[in-house]
Amino acid sequence: MSTVIDQRTDKTSALARLAHRARKMNELVVLIVVIVLFTIMSFASPYFLTWENMSTLAIGLAADGIIAVGMTVALASGGFDLSVGAVMGLTAIATAYFAAQGTPMWIAVIGGFFAAAVVGSLNGWLISRVRINPFITTLGTMTITRGLVYVISDGSSIPMYEPPAFLTWLGKGDVLGIPSIFVIFIIVAVVGDFLLRRSAAARQVYYVGSNAKAARLSGINVARVEFTVYVLVALLAAVAGILSLARFGTATPAMGTGAEMRVISAAVIGGASIAGGMGTVLGTVLGVILLNVIQNALVLLNVSVNWQNLIAGSILIVAVAIDTLSRRPRSARGRGRFSRMLASVRTRRD
Amino acid sequence: MPTPVLVGSGLTKSYGATRALVNGHLEAYAGEVHAIVGENGAGKSTLMNIFSGVVAPDSGTIQLEGTDVTFAGPDAALEHGVGIVHQELSLCPDLSVAENMFLGFVPRGRWGLARFGEMSSTAARMLELFKTDAQPYDRVSDLSIGQQQVVEIARTLVHECKVIIFDEPTSSLTETESEALYGIIADLKARGIAIIFISHRMTEVFELCDRVTVMRDGAWVATRKIDETTPDEIVTMMVGRDLGGLYPPKNSTPGAVAITAEGFSRGRDFVDISFSARYGEILGFAGLVGSGRSEALRAVVGIDPSDAGSLHLDGSPVKTANYADLIARGVGYMSEDRKGDGLFLSMSIEANTIVAILRRLSSGGIIARGRSHDVSRNALTSLRTKMASLTQPVGALSGGNQQKVMLAKWLVTDPRVLILDEPTRGIDIGAKHEIHALLRQLADAGMCVIVISSDLPEVIGLSDRIAVMREGRIVAELSGDDVNEDTIITHSSAPTAA
Repeated sequence: MSTVIDQRTDKTSALARLAHRARKMNELVVLIVVIVLFTIMSFASPYFLTWENMSTLAIGLAADGIIAVGMTVALASGGFDLSVGAVMGLTAIATAYFAAQGTPMWIAVIGGFFAAAVVGSLNGWLISRVRINPFITTLGTMTITRGLVYVISDGSSIPMYEPPAFLTWLGKGDVLGIPSIFVIFIIVAVVGDFLLRRSAAARQVYYVGSNAKAARLSGINVARVEFTVYVLVALLAAVAGILSLARFGTATPAMGTGAEMRVISAAVIGGASIAGGMGTVLGTVLGVILLNVIQNALVLLNVSVNWQNLIAGSILIVAVAIDTLSRRPRSARGRGRFSRMLASVRTRRD
Repeated sequence: MPTPVLVGSGLTKSYGATRALVNGHLEAYAGEVHAIVGENGAGKSTLMNIFSGVVAPDSGTIQLEGTDVTFAGPDAALEHGVGIVHQELSLCPDLSVAENMFLGFVPRGRWGLARFGEMSSTAARMLELFKTDAQPYDRVSDLSIGQQQVVEIARTLVHECKVIIFDEPTSSLTETESEALYGIIADLKARGIAIIFISHRMTEVFELCDRVTVMRDGAWVATRKIDETTPDEIVTMMVGRDLGGLYPPKNSTPGAVAITAEGFSRGRDFVDISFSARYGEILGFAGLVGSGRSEALRAVVGIDPSDAGSLHLDGSPVKTANYADLIARGVGYMSEDRKGDGLFLSMSIEANTIVAILRRLSSGGIIARGRSHDVSRNALTSLRTKMASLTQPVGALSGGNQQKVMLAKWLVTDPRVLILDEPTRGIDIGAKHEIHALLRQLADAGMCVIVISSDLPEVIGLSDRIAVMREGRIVAELSGDDVNEDTIITHSSAPTAA
């Protein structure tokens, strides 16, 4: 029960991993479920494993995926952002609008990003300085932003008449056969995962989410970290918006609707917690893949679109339930599998 | 020999691979105060959790007044007459005093409606009994800790408990409140209730209790009558080894002035705080809980704002006291509340250790894994921290080891001035001794150490000089022969009751 640190067990040996199995379990479980689904679907539908379907799947999950990377950071910091879908739409609409006015494309794109940054800064300021809780704040900014989208677009779509070649390539082209949108998503995910694991600046997010008071006492500028997080989330939503615009060639006011729910679900499935302090980009990505594969499967199996919300909501609840149960310390009578496995996570009263 | 009211024998409890209790044994007699002492991990909490119905034992028996009993849960235990007053009070802060006293057992009238009148009059009677000036409809969160504790004690009496367990009740009370509690316990004793008292404080145990049981490593070691034993004997049995003197010998050659604070004030929280501390010495801050020591020192290092005050480090003034800046310049402040704002319970031991030096460990913004491992491992092993691995979540460690991780976190910042707020709160004797020895070593090696402590023997045993605070002001600076309990208490206590 009490051994001074064992030299053999640090770094990446199996024993050290075991101590982190609480978090690892989550990612592993999701990966297994994804693999199982892939296997089932490849038998259930002849179209599943085709290049076209995989491409569609990849493109479909890229936008959500990029936003999800940002959401992981927001959740890890102890908050979350409901306005991401609206920001994505705002970026697309704003960019298309500027382009339609005749401004050069690259300025229009910067304009789109700027609009997103403004919303992100507003979120950041309200949450970190005025200290309104993230749920209410982002619910409000989501509504405002979506409203702004409708105001700018006057309720109709704004097409891009002569999109530059680069943009077209971005949206519809590919790199060695892999859709460029997906490639960008992969790059964002890999960089995001690496930074969240290893970057001194990014790691601060976990400390803030785990215990903001302790973070402050350890010299971390909590307000600055929180502010930055929300700006970052908005910028990533902006990227998703630009990519969607490039892909469809037109911006619709409904773009991004519902993205926040899907993305939060994906992150929680992947191991992030509403309580903050945990979550990895890898886990979130697996969650995004899982949700999109399920949606893809429903389509291929001719399940009515009406069922999709029902199923998506149920998955979220099951995922959060598993997550909560697995973190619960052992009770007097509970000898559940999860509780037993996670005895090391149980907090001992001194 | 009268029969004991409560008997537990052969009680065991394991949590997975961890054997928290290997042999729990206790006989509590009516009208007696029975102390339970032991280091952290000794199994005291587990044993008490079993007696109060919070956990079910894996094996062993419990007898209440001669009959075998099993408790299905804490409410069952309460109904049988075994109550517990928790160390961290388990009240609902937003409900009233009366509702808390009847938590889970609201008396019902016709149609299942609650009988608030009955609750209120019983509550009033209880409060009267304990001479507390709280009212039945006061909100619990508005009361002082001492008053809240009375509410929790009253709850057990509402159920006419024959056994009341107190788990380290004085750890967050002021001297006055502790005295009041001792009075209450004497009262309960006179009524024939069997009292079980867990404590880390020898003085308290020897003043209050009739019998003492020592536990170690999850097992019963010995039970003695208080007048047949001595604190030294008890401590030796607790620890299993001879500790020698509790406090290491002091140094008397301090170096240059490290830090000077002048005129720090903030409203009524603290007024005109000025002091200096030198390298190589331990400066203690004594005073009652609530005298403003933590508030003042937190403001001095820039964690909290102040209305006025200037800081000098090594003789030169510090323009803007920005805390992160000061950490980089070698000043650290270790919080008194490790779970609240000292540690990140869900994160790994290593993550907790490196939090204040993230940038120092990085090149190009990326944390160097190897250095991070080495730095953490060295600091933690030098403190003899007991843990399974660096990746273990810190919440799984015992209190004493958590405290060591917090200390390690500050040691790796390579501080020249280190302020520690209640460094040994709520940890066992063995770990306390280690931390005391460490602090003296650090001072001997040249560090300027400032210790805030409400534990008089500790602050006297550790410090070379003591600043006594009362109601937000420094009222005395003592050294040499002036450093004794009487002088400190005299300076700490207000001449008129607040």
